[in-house]
Amino acid sequence: MLQDRTKNTGGFSPAPDDGLIICRCEEITKGEIRRAIQDGLLTLTELRRFLRAGMGLCQGQTCGRLVKSILARELGVPPAALEPVVSRAPVRPVEMQVLARDQEIDHD
Amino acid sequence: MTEHNADVVIIGGGIMGCAAAYYIAKRGASVLVLEKEDSIGSGGSSRNGGGVRQSGRDPRELPIAMHGIQHIWPTLAAELDVDVEYCQKGNLRLGKTAAQLKILESLTQKAVSCGLDVRMISGDEAREINPYLSREVMGASWCPTDGHANPLLATLGFYRKARQLGARFISGETVTAIEKIRGRACRVRGAQGVYAGGTIILAAGLGSRPLAWTVGLDVPLQPLLLETLVTEAVDTMFPQMLGTAAADFYGHQSVHHGSFVFGVTSGYEPYARPGLPRSSAGAAAAACRSILTYFPALEHIKIIRSWAGWIDDCADHVPVLSFTDEVPGLILACGFSGHGFGISPAVGRLLSEMALDGRPALDLSALRQSRFAAK
Repeated sequence: MLQDRTKNTGGFSPAPDDGLIICRCEEITKGEIRRAIQDGLLTLTELRRFLRAGMGLCQGQTCGRLVKSILARELGVPPAALEPVVSRAPVRPVEMQVLARDQEIDHD
Repeated sequence: MTEHNADVVIIGGGIMGCAAAYYIAKRGASVLVLEKEDSIGSGGSSRNGGGVRQSGRDPRELPIAMHGIQHIWPTLAAELDVDVEYCQKGNLRLGKTAAQLKILESLTQKAVSCGLDVRMISGDEAREINPYLSREVMGASWCPTDGHANPLLATLGFYRKARQLGARFISGETVTAIEKIRGRACRVRGAQGVYAGGTIILAAGLGSRPLAWTVGLDVPLQPLLLETLVTEAVDTMFPQMLGTAAADFYGHQSVHHGSFVFGVTSGYEPYARPGLPRSSAGAAAAACRSILTYFPALEHIKIIRSWAGWIDDCADHVPVLSFTDEVPGLILACGFSGHGFGISPAVGRLLSEMALDGRPALDLSALRQSRFAAK
């Protein structure tokens, strides 16, 4: 979707719940997310890359919807209009030694 | 169609385009960046291992790497007001066999002859620098001024600062052609607009090749798959950038955050399935097997994410940073061949000099597009 990023999105104005932790894995607050959006990070993907929100142990399974609603509100668009982020393998964390044993054959 | 104008129009909102836009805007010129994806930095800029290396580089691009490491990287975080997680604690390239040590010695000799501080060290010396290394490591090359940084933060940091300085960014706009008037590149046609510029910079990764064709130029690029693994954040273990003579993995631990980022090699990179770049379970497993032979202590650390990307591999594996005789007004900045991130701030500055002064501060003649003329 064409987006001219010169447009002002309103600027950051502090809110009482800015200290709320949204991404628990990476400990990212609502204020940090709102500030990044007003700094021009305008997609869920950019927010993830810039803040690591949704890039920790749970890979955004907890905070994904919350980040989406914050971005939608700041931009004044419906959440469904936002392009979702790409999910990455593995679905749950896997120890390196487990991945390394993928060629071992179980003879039992 | 809407008409837009700027002193410089940049095709490609990756780190090269964002860095160039920053340095151009900083000098007060108007600059417009066109990105085809919805998000800035969606190609190689967010899909690389974060190396900020001089060692192992081709002598033709080594001066750019050394310039960036001496003059730009140390103060980049302060300049962009973003922690780009730059860590300059050296690069260890590891060898486990006599044949591998020979490879490292030859690389080291080449770099020393270019004036780089890099030397061969024994396995025990390497273990003094990094106590987590296994006994299998027989030796290494050691470049103390190499390091690593976070490509996602650096890319978006350049974007954010450039935007603050007035650079204009349009995402979701696919450029279809570069157009000439009286022989000079002066306009870019997109799916949804026409963009006129005094100078056009083509920095569109693999997409640069078909766009160069629209003005009769070719840059021999082809896609190579790159796969990467990211671990959970753990306590700080070691700060060095790592590579191996066997090229079976490379990586580092992110400074301040604690996650490891490991580049993976499957051996089948040129034969990957076209289209969206895909991570493969086989390559991830192979990488973990390799890594644990060098670093057994990492065995219980969890992989939480993997990604893949396309490298814009140039025929001779160094970039094209070039004006051309055929198309004045156009600057080519592509073909970074999988090692563009480390030189990106310096390249951005050089591009701003080419666009605004007509010549870069470093001699880039070895990186001209004309080197691919048929012999």
